[in-house]
Amino acid sequence: MPQLFSRAADTWFRMILAVLVIGTGVSVGIALAVARSPYLTGQNRVPAQPVPFSHQHHVSDIGIDCRYCHRAVETSASAGLPTTQICMNCHRQVFADSEMLAPVRASYRRRIPIVWNRVHDLPDYVYFNHAIHVHKGIGCYSCHGAVGEMPLIRQDAPLTMKWCLDCHRDPQRHVRPKKFVYSPQPLESLIDTDQTSLTHLRSALVSEYQIQSKVDCYTCHR
Amino acid sequence: MTDGNATTPWVPSEADDRSVTSQITGLVLDRPTSRTWMVGLFVGLVGLNVLLVSIGWLFAFGVGVWGINIPVGWGLAIVNFVWWIGIGHAGTLISAILLLLKQDWRNSINRFAEAMTLFAVACAGLYPLLHLGRPQFFYWLIPYPATTTVWPQFRSPLMWDFFAVGTYGTVSLIFWYLGMIPDLSTMRDRASNRLVARCYGVLCLGWRNSVQHWMHYRTAYLILAGLATPLVISVHTTVSWDFSVSIVGAWHSTVFPPYFVGGAIFCGFAMVLVISIPMRRFYHLENLITVRHLDNMAKIMLAAGLTVSYGYLMDAWVAWYKNEPFDSYIYSNRFGGPYAACYWGLVFCNCLLPQLLWSPWIRRNAIALFVISLVINVGMWLERFIIISLSLHRDYLPSDWAMYIPTVWDWLLYAGTFGLFLTLMLLFVRLLPPISISEVRELIHQSKEPSE
Repeated sequence: MPQLFSRAADTWFRMILAVLVIGTGVSVGIALAVARSPYLTGQNRVPAQPVPFSHQHHVSDIGIDCRYCHRAVETSASAGLPTTQICMNCHRQVFADSEMLAPVRASYRRRIPIVWNRVHDLPDYVYFNHAIHVHKGIGCYSCHGAVGEMPLIRQDAPLTMKWCLDCHRDPQRHVRPKKFVYSPQPLESLIDTDQTSLTHLRSALVSEYQIQSKVDCYTCHR
Repeated sequence: MTDGNATTPWVPSEADDRSVTSQITGLVLDRPTSRTWMVGLFVGLVGLNVLLVSIGWLFAFGVGVWGINIPVGWGLAIVNFVWWIGIGHAGTLISAILLLLKQDWRNSINRFAEAMTLFAVACAGLYPLLHLGRPQFFYWLIPYPATTTVWPQFRSPLMWDFFAVGTYGTVSLIFWYLGMIPDLSTMRDRASNRLVARCYGVLCLGWRNSVQHWMHYRTAYLILAGLATPLVISVHTTVSWDFSVSIVGAWHSTVFPPYFVGGAIFCGFAMVLVISIPMRRFYHLENLITVRHLDNMAKIMLAAGLTVSYGYLMDAWVAWYKNEPFDSYIYSNRFGGPYAACYWGLVFCNCLLPQLLWSPWIRRNAIALFVISLVINVGMWLERFIIISLSLHRDYLPSDWAMYIPTVWDWLLYAGTFGLFLTLMLLFVRLLPPISISEVRELIHQSKEPSE
């Protein structure tokens, strides 16, 4: 019987082994990276809306408070979406004939609410309450980003559990004075002071607002 | 039986390297596929299909197809898991502990005992995964950097169990494969078909029998034996923690680890005998797996059986001595409750019948030993059923009490793992040398050399 294997057999065998080992490592690495990527978390996603509502215009140019439209934010789990009535408070007068606002007027006439597409969509097994967050000095900005700079609303945060826990483990990083809760800017741009006194302010707020680090499962998974 | 006394050599005196090598390689390379083997494989494949169907049914309709309820959340799936994983222990004990203790007789039985371990772990490993309500998330048990930044609960014995079984499976596989490398090269050299020779050639990783190869091999084998030795104790200890760390009345006991390990070795040796007795008969291996081998295994089985019986006795005694109403109730429920037949069956199978093994005649009678071993396997299954499901069906609160009656899907899944086990075992004896050629040759050399 001739030789069973060619002279290159060893090299082939070692190469296959190396490919298997490296391939496994690389696949796991890719899987972990993809799980964190905006592709899967939906970060920076801008869902299409029935009306191209601009937060930039309403918040920055006009200066309407968040609570004018998201009325339930201080009292309930959901911040709430404005009724068409609220839109029409202004738009009966302003841009009353605008083509862009035709769906709003139609909704008003037919008394059928506008179906907005949810941008910040947490899984159904997560309990999230807006009211407690705003009452404990966590501003809109921390989760929703610079809303005043978004012509169309965009998912600013990855909304992964890690992202929630980063703050729940160390709430000091995001707390702000209650008067700035509805300011859609970073705290640094609202208070003219250095980083050290900002840190002091934040840790003082944590004790003033009696903020606890809540990381039990049942805090969010009830 | 005339042979089988203490002075009988482990290998027949007329055997030499050549005859043993031809005998064992012949089982795989020369022997035509027998009708018995084909029938066995057919039965195995039917069982395997039963397994696939019951897994499919389970995935389609959820764990509700089983008989589990509240309070009996742990039913046959966990019973069978503990039973199968226990069976594996004998293989590791034979291959690792007996190697370190220089028990030469292990050389003729370690290969198929290790294969048994591996296949039993494969069967066992299925159950906890199937038992999960959402088996697709089984990987949550693995501590990997998830986007949740939450790790599995490291304080839970269920987590330790995952590691224990994972380590056990890995070490058993490596140990089994490493031990087979020299034999695979023998198979390569003996194969007349070029394709077959190439397959064994790849599997034996280019083994050329050089002294250097042997030197490295010996070291690696000993290190692995050293690694596998604590696993004989640790795996079933960890399995027992799944129970004893909880607060369920009959589980919360410090005797569980030694009691479980004893039971595992008991049941494992019974399974080795159940496999080796038909194998030595069908493949005419009576010269290599001698009556004295059976005798030795029966002795270990007897010792393990006594340990287990002592465990039962102490468990009951402590329950009475504690004078705690609920603990006494657990035992009165076992002795006379709705599952009393299971308890007395266990006493018969595990405590009374194995006493026959005191008799040398029984220990050397293959058929009697085969029957006793089967009965012990049944008894050990009953033990796990009693410990797991019976302890749950009478909770602290009488309002919770319920009966656990396994459904047809519980039983089919159990039958299915036998199909898997049988299929793997039959493929193993058909494709790989079921007895270690190199180690039996070593035994021959030792017996020929003048003893010091």
